[in-house]
Amino acid sequence: MFAFIVRRITQAIFVMLIISMVGFAIKNKIGDPVRDLVGERVTPEERAQIRDRLGLNDPFAAQYIRFLKNVTKGDLGQSFFYKKPALDVIVGKAPATLELVFGAALIIILISMPLGIYTALKPQSTLSRFIMGFSTLGVSMPVFLTAIMLIYIFGVNLHWLPSYGRGDTVDLFGNGWWQTGFLTLDGLEHLILPCVSLASIMLPLFIRLIRSEMMEVLETEYIKYAWAKGLSPMRIWLVHAFKNTLLPVVTVFGVQIGIMFAFTILTETVFQWQGMGYMFLEAVERSDISLLIAYLIVVGSVFVMVNTLVDILYGFINPTVRIAGRK
Amino acid sequence: MKASLKRFKASYFFYSFKRDKVAMVSFIILVIFLLLSLGAPLISPYNPYDSASIDIMNSEIPPAWYEEGSSQFLLGTDNMGRDLLSTMFYGLRISVMIGLGAVFLQAFIGISVGLTAGYMGGKVDAVLMRMADIQFSFPYLMVAIFISAVFQILFGIGSYEQLAVPLLVVIIGLSEWPVYARTIRASVMGEKNKEYVEAARVIGLSRPVIMVRHVLPNTLTSVMVISTIQVANAVMSEAALSFLGLGMPVTMPSLGSLIKSGFEYIFSGIWWITIFPGVFLILFVLVINLLGDWMRDVLNPKLYKG
Repeated sequence: MFAFIVRRITQAIFVMLIISMVGFAIKNKIGDPVRDLVGERVTPEERAQIRDRLGLNDPFAAQYIRFLKNVTKGDLGQSFFYKKPALDVIVGKAPATLELVFGAALIIILISMPLGIYTALKPQSTLSRFIMGFSTLGVSMPVFLTAIMLIYIFGVNLHWLPSYGRGDTVDLFGNGWWQTGFLTLDGLEHLILPCVSLASIMLPLFIRLIRSEMMEVLETEYIKYAWAKGLSPMRIWLVHAFKNTLLPVVTVFGVQIGIMFAFTILTETVFQWQGMGYMFLEAVERSDISLLIAYLIVVGSVFVMVNTLVDILYGFINPTVRIAGRK
Repeated sequence: MKASLKRFKASYFFYSFKRDKVAMVSFIILVIFLLLSLGAPLISPYNPYDSASIDIMNSEIPPAWYEEGSSQFLLGTDNMGRDLLSTMFYGLRISVMIGLGAVFLQAFIGISVGLTAGYMGGKVDAVLMRMADIQFSFPYLMVAIFISAVFQILFGIGSYEQLAVPLLVVIIGLSEWPVYARTIRASVMGEKNKEYVEAARVIGLSRPVIMVRHVLPNTLTSVMVISTIQVANAVMSEAALSFLGLGMPVTMPSLGSLIKSGFEYIFSGIWWITIFPGVFLILFVLVINLLGDWMRDVLNPKLYKG
């Protein structure tokens, strides 16, 4: 087990090095740190001086190592637009995105479990067919279209729910960092549509996954034995069968949460949600390269960490993975 | 030619196609879509790229069955005064073009990498597949968004929009090739120890010849199955990128950029610019996905859906 953990962590560090190298190469190629510092109105001679003083004429490798050193200290460069360290900007925007992902995850769990179990138990019923058909349709629906249609129906036509922004928020820690929308009615109303649209991408996948795992378990010998013992159907379905479908579902869930971060870029654009994804697109429009690279590195490390953690946890639960190695 | 047609008619593939209504309907709709995109200049009533024929006074006219609608424009007009139906046909054409181009590129990179890695094995395999694994651990949409963001800054928005079609093909191709590499590698691993490969090696054929002429044709079933799904994915990615403003420009809209330009007007109740292209896109992706599902079941009988 120890060797397995060490191997996974070495791999993770290796991947992070590659990401940082890609990020640095982009920054080096198209970024202009002198502009980030002093703006446009400086003579070329002064620029050259600043370039020299900042060490921008050093060889690539030397600059890369300096960049890595700064990264380990938490310095990801200066955002051109915000005139603040890029990491601070990202950390300031993170709570909004995290709340969105959390809300969506909650919806996925609450809806996919009952629907998945139901469609597995009654595969032939009309409702099951309807659910499965709907989930095929859901796979083919781009998330921004779901979002736009929700806005059009519930926001523009029915006026039930607000269609953009975060609404009233409450300061969670008293230092202005984490503004939560979960504690006010208005904030919760603003959360509903974005969370539902973000959840809609993963929902079909999880209903199908839970359904197929559950159907497989229901065929096994120990379930037949449980029936023979005369246990109540609810106990067999929920305690004996469903518990054993959870392992693969939880693993997939861990990885998919990471993927949801990618889709927050789309959801946040539609709902003008002031999170990391919205910030990313603004940074593209403003050519704020330091901020883009910082985003790449932050999101990259979140991904690598989640993947590694899921793998290690899986190694604890399922020993065969440790021996075979991951391929 | 006649003989192979006869063989196809007698095949299990065609037999199960005839028996599956969903597959048949999907196939017919897909063919209609493809014809529409191929024949867009002939079929559509107006040419949305011809700025001389567009009158801005005609902008935002609702569909023909509304009172304010005009019988000239069946589905109404968009915010620039273009006939929506024609613009949708041309948009579909661009989406299909980019989707197919991107899948060809993905398949080319993925097959080369997967075939080499699977057949060579050893260190080559380890290095190539490590690369694919690293990229695979990130969602492809994220990779595509990031590459296009970098390209847009690198080229500047003006020339990015001029080069948008080839650039999008490259972006989507680069972001999704690991899917192919992994699938091909897996089937090559299964094939390479079979007798016919052994035989080819014994008669002294060179490695590239064995790889391309003997092993590759036997992995094409899996290529076909993922290709259909990948076309759907590529069309969706293109739509997403265009929606974010990282894809096709409004002057030459794909379905995604049409949806984007309509979204700005949806709060004033002008729904048709968004909803019609949206439904068009969903239907197109849906039939490809349904066909892909069906094909996977037929070509891979071991994988029956539960």
